[in-house]
Amino acid sequence: MTKKYQSWGMYPKVEQDDICLTDRYQNLPADCPSMLPFGNGRSYGDSCLNADGLVVDTRYLNNFISFDSALGLLRCEAGLLLSEILELVVPQGWFLPVTPGTKYVTVGGAIANDVHGKNHHVAGTFGCHVKRFELLRSDGERLCCSPTEHVDFFAATIGGLGLTGMIVWAEFQLQRITSSDMDMECIKYDSLEDFFLLSAESDLDYEYSMAWVDCTAKGSKLGRGHFLRGNHANTGGLQATEQAFSLSVPVVPPVSLVNSLTLRVFNTLYYERQRQSSVKNTSHYESFFYPLDWVLRMNRIYGPNGFQQYQCVIPRQQSEDAIREILTAISFSGMGSFLAVLKVCGDIDSPGLMSFPKCGTTLALDFSNNSSKTAALFKVLDEILIAAEGRLYPAKDAHMSGELFKSCYPNWGEVCRLKDPNFSSSFWRRVMQE
Amino acid sequence: MKKVLIIGATSAIAISTSRLLAVRGSQMFLVGRNEVSLRASKDDLLVRGADKVGYVSMDLNETQRHGECLNEAIAFLGALDIVLIAHGTLSDQQACEASVELTLGEIKTNALSTVSLLTLLANLLENQGSGVLAVISSVAGDRGRGSNYVYGSAKAMVDAFLSGLRNRLSKKGVQVLTIKPGFVDTPMTAELAKGILWADPDTIAKGILLGIDKGRNIVYLPFFWRYIMLIIKFVPEFVFKRLSL
Ligand SMILES: Cc1cc2nc3c(=O)[nH]c(=O)nc-3n(C[C@H](O)[C@H](O)[C@H](O)COP(=O)(O)OP(=O)(O)OC[C@H]3O[C@@H](n4cnc5c(N)ncnc54)[C@H](O)[C@@H]3O)c2cc1C
Ligand SMILES: NC(=O)c1ccc[n+]([C@@H]2O[C@H](COP(=O)([O-])OP(=O)(O)OC[C@H]3O[C@@H](n4cnc5c(N)ncnc54)[C@H](OP(=O)(O)O)[C@@H]3O)[C@@H](O)[C@H]2O)c1
Repeated sequence: MTKKYQSWGMYPKVEQDDICLTDRYQNLPADCPSMLPFGNGRSYGDSCLNADGLVVDTRYLNNFISFDSALGLLRCEAGLLLSEILELVVPQGWFLPVTPGTKYVTVGGAIANDVHGKNHHVAGTFGCHVKRFELLRSDGERLCCSPTEHVDFFAATIGGLGLTGMIVWAEFQLQRITSSDMDMECIKYDSLEDFFLLSAESDLDYEYSMAWVDCTAKGSKLGRGHFLRGNHANTGGLQATEQAFSLSVPVVPPVSLVNSLTLRVFNTLYYERQRQSSVKNTSHYESFFYPLDWVLRMNRIYGPNGFQQYQCVIPRQQSEDAIREILTAISFSGMGSFLAVLKVCGDIDSPGLMSFPKCGTTLALDFSNNSSKTAALFKVLDEILIAAEGRLYPAKDAHMSGELFKSCYPNWGEVCRLKDPNFSSSFWRRVMQE
Repeated sequence: MKKVLIIGATSAIAISTSRLLAVRGSQMFLVGRNEVSLRASKDDLLVRGADKVGYVSMDLNETQRHGECLNEAIAFLGALDIVLIAHGTLSDQQACEASVELTLGEIKTNALSTVSLLTLLANLLENQGSGVLAVISSVAGDRGRGSNYVYGSAKAMVDAFLSGLRNRLSKKGVQVLTIKPGFVDTPMTAELAKGILWADPDTIAKGILLGIDKGRNIVYLPFFWRYIMLIIKFVPEFVFKRLSL
């Protein structure tokens, strides 16, 4: 069953074996020289793939273990989806400490990529809230890791891309909420400078902020978009979910539905859809955090060749110039995605050794995969990124060179030392040039 | 607050169903053969909202222990509002063809053990004058096919047994629900290639609860299998025998 275990970008396509663990006391297969835990395949590139090796599916490791509803401390198995956690904890007045832009990721995946969200400037990464986890090594050893036990494995596993062993269960701290609603404001802004001004102003008073950017806009309009900021509301009920219904893209269309024409039309319509310069409202957390989740399998719209995401972070000093250069290069290429995302990250350090975010600005957008054009553009973008001392997000990557990886993630050697000898991934072999 | 007995509680479909029942605040007793999984499920169901959860670990082919097992369940729960029987194995048809022992073993797991449980449970619920007996059979029981008739015929026996029980117990206030899933993506079918007809266990679980809540007799899950099986049952035997199914 090679088809089922794809990454979100449906690229690269690989052949690999798979097994499912059905309870958390099981050991990993003995004598398998190359395995990799698989969460829910919401990583885009090849970091969740293991070509010619084995992926160990964790989806049945989805039991809650304990929940202290007075302290907001949750312990659960690593294959549990954030969506299921929300269903349990929201009605009891708790929320995830950090959430990515989709709730369909597993706890194991959230730790292994040390995911970040719209609140990075005040909450750091998911790993900052992890108290403890059990790491299962291929030799059967089980390490309980925390900031005080097996500290080196704790640090190497958070953002460790699944290479140090399999996280079996984890315990992490939730945040209190009094309502499942969000007080939010969407501000239409028309230049990149405005984005940075809005960010600087908002990040003092708003727990969450980010912007949707029109990646087709050029010149003085470059970087224009909608700035979204919000806080958990104080009133309103505690409803776990908003809508019972969802749509799904049923099949992979024969060609990508994303091209320079649909891109321009969509981005312009999206930008113009809001007439007023600012709209404030209160809405359920799902529409604030997961606007894309109600269309299941959205990744199919890029057609059979799939797509790649480019997500980088540029350190604060160089942010504005480098982001401008990157957006300029993208808008001239005519490629890009319906929705590009910009966010200013804060300076809260993660315990993880290979965490992606750093103090600065992150930009993320998708590109249809038409090999030579995409590769040429990525080369240009990488050069801007290298000059600005930025880095790429392995969770979204299918192209970065080994050299670039090693220079952006200087702690890779330590992770290499603690890596499980029988674990590997397509991504890892690519950047280690094995 | 419902008192629920789940037999074959570590099956993926049973787990999904028990989680939905836990959210409703049920009291639950689990029976399965994997002790550590049962313990993990107990903690999980308690976190999800179950009022209390007990379990016993046993191989369900040890039919002589069924009485003792049901006594334990009743001692824990006090009564039985809902019983779900979910255990089973997807027989290796070719291996069965080469072995009488294996074939009879599969019939035991998929039919006789269930018949044994149902015989005891029918009397308990009849005396109680209430309750739901929900049993997972399969669309495979609707017609024997060359690729799968050992499993299919075991499920067919369960179907006929349930139909008889329904006839007997409907007069006594007991609901008998025959659950007929199509292809479900669970550990049982891990080896099979998946296509568009496949459902996930959560979808099946919702259908099971709906069937229980609405007092249904037979549910095909997802619903379209009723029509697929209607067509399959309709094919005349002289044609059917030539098909490779
Ligand atoms: C629509 C969308 C929006 C997104 N938004 C964001 C965002 O805002 N911020 C962000 O940071 N990311 C974002 N992502 C990326 C996503 O959050 C990460 O890729 C996440 O790690 C995916 O988790 P998963 O459970 O699907 O894991 P997978 O993608 O299956 O695996 C991810 C990695 O985790 C490892 N892993 C999985 N389970 C375990 C385990 N039990 N033990 C050890 N290692 C394990 C795998 O080996 C792999 O290296 C987004 C993705 C999508 C599709
Ligand atoms: N999956 C499908 O496509 C499908 C389709 C139609 C009908 N069904 C039926 O649905 C039911 C549930 O199956 P599933 O799909 O959820 O598969 P599953 O997860 O593999 O569940 C089967 C369960 O039966 C248990 N079991 C088997 N023999 C047992 C024994 N002798 N004693 C105790 N427990 C035993 C297994 O226990 P262990 O975990 O300990 O092995 C397992 O938990 C079965 O009756 C199956 O026939 C399934």
